[in-house]
Amino acid sequence: MEYVAAALLGFAGGTLGGLVGVGGGVLFVPALAIFLDQSQIHAEATSLLAIVFVALVGAWRQWGYGNVRVRDGLVVGALSPLGVAVGVVISNAVAERTLELMFAALALVFAVQLFRRALRSPTAPNSVRSGSGSSGAAGPHD
Amino acid sequence: MAIGTAAGAFSGLFGVGGGTVIVPLLILWLGYGEREATGTSLAAIVVIAALAAAGQGLYGNVDIGNALVVGAPAMFGVVAGAALQQRLPERAVAFLFAALLVATAVALVLP
Repeated sequence: MEYVAAALLGFAGGTLGGLVGVGGGVLFVPALAIFLDQSQIHAEATSLLAIVFVALVGAWRQWGYGNVRVRDGLVVGALSPLGVAVGVVISNAVAERTLELMFAALALVFAVQLFRRALRSPTAPNSVRSGSGSSGAAGPHD
Repeated sequence: MAIGTAAGAFSGLFGVGGGTVIVPLLILWLGYGEREATGTSLAAIVVIAALAAAGQGLYGNVDIGNALVVGAPAMFGVVAGAALQQRLPERAVAFLFAALLVATAVALVLP
């Protein structure tokens, strides 16, 4: 039964990954810790391997849909170890609670900005907003 | 690029894959469309997670069997999720992501 629950959470995590471009670890870690009895550290480590599976398949599918800028993705990925080093130093210097609150605040700032951008931007992704809409008599605005 | 460093920093700080940071930065800094940001984020996560998993594997912290229990159904999930995403307007993808960020923030603030 625990395996079924873990597998279901795994499927949900993968679906989330396909929908919004994350690895799914946010669901994998609790699945591994709660249903498969792994410690937090082992669950996070094991989750990383599951994320590799998801990201490989997801990037392949999204590439097929024309949604991957391969070079940018590889550059971001290749530079991440530098950031990990910085992050580990910071995490040892700052209290964990402070970090959590900082990240929560950042997530909220991102959420507000994404929300406002989505409200502003036209629904068609390739319609440029360069001055053509001033006399738009027909068609939905915004 | 600053995004890679920032994503890595958050990965190191919070033990996440980095997508939570990569997707908004690609959209807000580089002007990516929402779909492109999520696809490119997954490509970056392949590299990030592979490096991190290899490192954790050296410490013996990775349980391959459990990774398959969760990861194998997740591969079907991501195929379904990506297919579903192509039918959604980009605005809906942005709202979904914003909702995920709010949920993350709430989970972090709660003890």
